Amino acid sequence: MSRVKDFKLPDLGEGLTEGEILQWLVAVGDDVKLNQPIVEVETAKAAVEVPSPYAGVVVTIHHDAGTMVDVGAVIISIDTDPGAGPLPVDEVVADHPEVGDLVPPPPPGEGALIGEVGPTGRTATLVGYGPKSVTAKRRSRNDHPAPAPAPVAVATPPPPPATAARVSAAAVGQSAALSAGEVSVLAKPPVRKLAKELGVDLTGLVGSGPGGTITRADVEAATSLAPQAMPASAVPTFSYDPETRERRIPVKGVRKMTAQAMVDSAFSAPHVTEFLTLDITPTMDLVQRLRLLPEFQDVKVTPLLLVAKALLLAVKRNPEINSTFTDSDIVMKEYVNLGIAAATPRGLLVPNIKDADQLSLVQLAQALQDLVATAREGRTTPGDMARGTITITNVGTFGVDSGTPILNPGESAILCFGAVRPTPWVVDNEIVVRQVTQLALSFDHRNVDGQLGSQFLADIARVLSDPATALAWS
Amino acid sequence: MTVAQPAADPHLIQLLTPEGERLHHPDYDVDLTDEEYRSLYRDLVLVRRIDVEATALQRQGELGIWAALLGQEAAQVGSGRALRPQDFAFPTYREHGVAWCRDVDPLKLLGLFRGATNGDWDPEETRFALYTIVIGSQTLHATGYAMGVTKDGAVGSGDVLKDEAVIAYFGDGASSQGDVNEAFVWASVYNAPIVFFCQNNQWGISTPAATQSRIPLYKRAEGFGFPGVRVDGNDVLATYAVTRQALDSARTGQGPTLIEAFTYRMGAHTTSDDPTRYRLSSELEAWKLKDPLERMKAFLFKQQVADASFIEAVEGEADALASRIRKGCLEMPDPSPMVMFDQVYEEMTPLLRTQAEEFATYHAGFAQGGAH
Repeated sequence: MSRVKDFKLPDLGEGLTEGEILQWLVAVGDDVKLNQPIVEVETAKAAVEVPSPYAGVVVTIHHDAGTMVDVGAVIISIDTDPGAGPLPVDEVVADHPEVGDLVPPPPPGEGALIGEVGPTGRTATLVGYGPKSVTAKRRSRNDHPAPAPAPVAVATPPPPPATAARVSAAAVGQSAALSAGEVSVLAKPPVRKLAKELGVDLTGLVGSGPGGTITRADVEAATSLAPQAMPASAVPTFSYDPETRERRIPVKGVRKMTAQAMVDSAFSAPHVTEFLTLDITPTMDLVQRLRLLPEFQDVKVTPLLLVAKALLLAVKRNPEINSTFTDSDIVMKEYVNLGIAAATPRGLLVPNIKDADQLSLVQLAQALQDLVATAREGRTTPGDMARGTITITNVGTFGVDSGTPILNPGESAILCFGAVRPTPWVVDNEIVVRQVTQLALSFDHRNVDGQLGSQFLADIARVLSDPATALAWS
Repeated sequence: MTVAQPAADPHLIQLLTPEGERLHHPDYDVDLTDEEYRSLYRDLVLVRRIDVEATALQRQGELGIWAALLGQEAAQVGSGRALRPQDFAFPTYREHGVAWCRDVDPLKLLGLFRGATNGDWDPEETRFALYTIVIGSQTLHATGYAMGVTKDGAVGSGDVLKDEAVIAYFGDGASSQGDVNEAFVWASVYNAPIVFFCQNNQWGISTPAATQSRIPLYKRAEGFGFPGVRVDGNDVLATYAVTRQALDSARTGQGPTLIEAFTYRMGAHTTSDDPTRYRLSSELEAWKLKDPLERMKAFLFKQQVADASFIEAVEGEADALASRIRKGCLEMPDPSPMVMFDQVYEEMTPLLRTQAEEFATYHAGFAQGGAH
C-alpha cells in the first residue's frame, strides 16, 4: 500500500459540489497529527476547518488558498510513514500524476471503462460520504457489452477509476506546494470574509484579539491605512516600502475597469455639467406619506426612488437624452435601463434596473432595493451592469452637495443627486426653512445640446418640486 | 463543604456551580458514592470524545452529516443515567450521550450518519428508540408508548424497580411544534408516565430560543396541567437528580413532568451549519465558562474524589474509544441495496416480494460484482 495518502475534498455539507480553500493551516514538510486542523474551506453553507484524516508529513498541497476545488479533488498528500526514509521517486510522481501531468494516462484495465465517466467528469453528491460518490460511474451491464473487451476487466478488476476526480483536480489546481512558508493566521470566518471584501491581507496584520486573533477592528484599521479598497477578486498583495512610506496597490479588478471606463468616457465624450438647486420639500413629504401606504409595506421608500421616477418621466418627455452617440449613428433607446452608481466593498459598480420605465413605483422601489442589496453583498453580475442607458449617482448619501459626474460609457446623461438640507429659502418673499438639494446633470455634448440638457434637468426638477406634475405627465 | 453562592436564576436548579462548588437543594439532591461521581465524569468525557471524533470523521468525508452534542453532555448523561433499566427513551437525532448511557454502541450511531445502516440498534433490547429526524414527532410516539405502559399496568405498583417510565427528548426549537404541544395535551389528560426532557440549547438552528416563547419554556407545562422545572443542563448532578425524581414520579402514577435543561449548543446545529453567521462569539465564550466537564472535574479535585492519574486514565480510555470508532467507521461495509426491503414490514407483502425479486435480478445483471 502506498505510503503517501491523498485526501480528497469531502462534501462538507449536504449535497455540495465544491468549496473554496480559504487558508492552509499546514505547509509542505510539516508534521501533522490525526485530526489536526489542516485547512479552512468555505462552502456555500459554511466556513469550516477540516481535520487531517492521517498522521504524517505533508508532501504536497495541491491547491492554493483562494482556489475553488471540486468535491472529490485531491487537496493534500501526506506521507504516513515518514520514518521509513525518503520517499521513492515513483511514490511522489507516479502516484500523483496531477503533479506532473495535467491529464494522466489511463491506468491499465481502464479501457473497459471508457465512456462510463460522466462527460464533465463530475458528479453531484446529494448526501455523499467520501470520494466514491464523486468518482461514480455506471457499471457495465451484461446485456450491453462495453465498448472494449470485457474479459480484461473481469479477470483483473481495474484500479479505482479516479480519472474523473484527478482530471478535474488538475484542471483546477495549477500548482503544488506554493503554500509552503505561509504563516497561519488566527481570525474568525466573518473577519476573514470582511478582510477578503476589503482586500486586506491578514498575514500582514498583528491581531489585537485574545491569543493574537485578528479582529474586525484590526481589519478596519488596516483599510484606513489603505484608502483604496481592493477588489475582492484580486489576490491582495500590498507592497509597503518603509523608506518612502508609500504603499503600492496593484491596479486590477474593479479598480482597473473603473479607471478604464472613466478615461474612455472623459476623453471621448465632451462633457457639459449643469446645476440646479431646488426646494424638494413636497417630495420629502411625499416620501413620508408613501411609507404609510399598504402598497409600500415591504419596500423602502427613499428620496432616491422619487428622483429616479422623476428622471424616468423626464426621459419620456425628452427621449433624445436616452441615447448613445457613435461615430456613424445616434442610437435612440426605446427602453430605459436605469443605472445606479453604487459604492460596494468591491469598488464602484453601476448596475442598472432593466426596463425601469415600465415599472410601477412599487416595482421600481423593489428593484432599487434589490439592486442595492445585491451590490452590497458583492453579488452583482456583469449582466446587471451591461446595457445601461442613463445613470443616477447619489452623492448625497455622503453628505456632499454636488459634483460633475462622468458619464457611464455608452450613455448620454448622468444625474448627480446631492444632499438634502434644511435651508433658508424664499417663498412668497418670505425666508422660510425648506428641504433643498442640488441636482447636477452631465451630458454628452456631441448629441445633447444645451437646450435639451437644460430642459431635461428642469423637467426632473419640476416633478421633484411639485410631485403632482408626475400625475400630469404619466 | 463550602457554601457557594446560589445560581443567579432562582428557578434554575443547580447542584454544582460552574466553579465546581457543590450546592444543596431542598427538593432535589443526590448522594452518590465517589465511584459514581467518577463514573459520571468518565461518561461525560467519553461522550464528548465520541462526538468530537464523529465531527472529525464527517469533515473527512466519512459521515454524510453529524449533529454534534458539544456542550450538552451533562444534560444527556445526567438524564440518561437517571433512567432505570426498564425505562424507555425516545431520542431526537442528537442524543448520543443518552445512547451511550443505554449501551448503544457509538458505531451504530455512526453507521446511521454514514448511510451504512438505517440505525441498527435494537430499540427493545436497549430501551432506546431509533433516532427521529423529524422535529418533535418522537414526543407523540413517546406519549403513545407511555399510554400503553399504563394500559399494561406497569405503573404505580409501588415497586420502582419494576414500574416503567418513558422519557421523550426534544429541543427548544421543537417546543414550537404542534406535535410537542399535542403530546403535552395527551400525556396530561391520560396522566401518562412520561418525562418531557427539553434541552434548551438556546438555538433552533439559527433561531434564538428567546424568539420562540414569551415565557420560560418550563412554565408552559403549567398551562397543560403538569409540573415543569428548569434545571442547569450543564450540571450533571442536578440533571440527574431532577430527572430521577421526575421519572419516579411518572412511574408511581403521578403523571408527566416537563424538564427544561438549560444548556448551550457549543457547536454548529449540524456539520452543514455555520453558527458564526448568526451568533456572537462572545456568547459562546460566556458559555464556555459553564462547561459541563470542567465543573465536574473541578468538583472531583476539590472533593479529592479523583486525582490527576484518574483524569489521565479517562483520557487514555477516550483516545482508545476514538480509535476504535474511527477504525470501525472506516471498515463499515456498504449496505446491500436489498436491505431496504428487509426493514419495512414484519412480513413482506406479495407485491413487495415481487419487487424485491425484480430488483435483485436487475442488480445481478451487472458485469462486475452485481449488487454490492
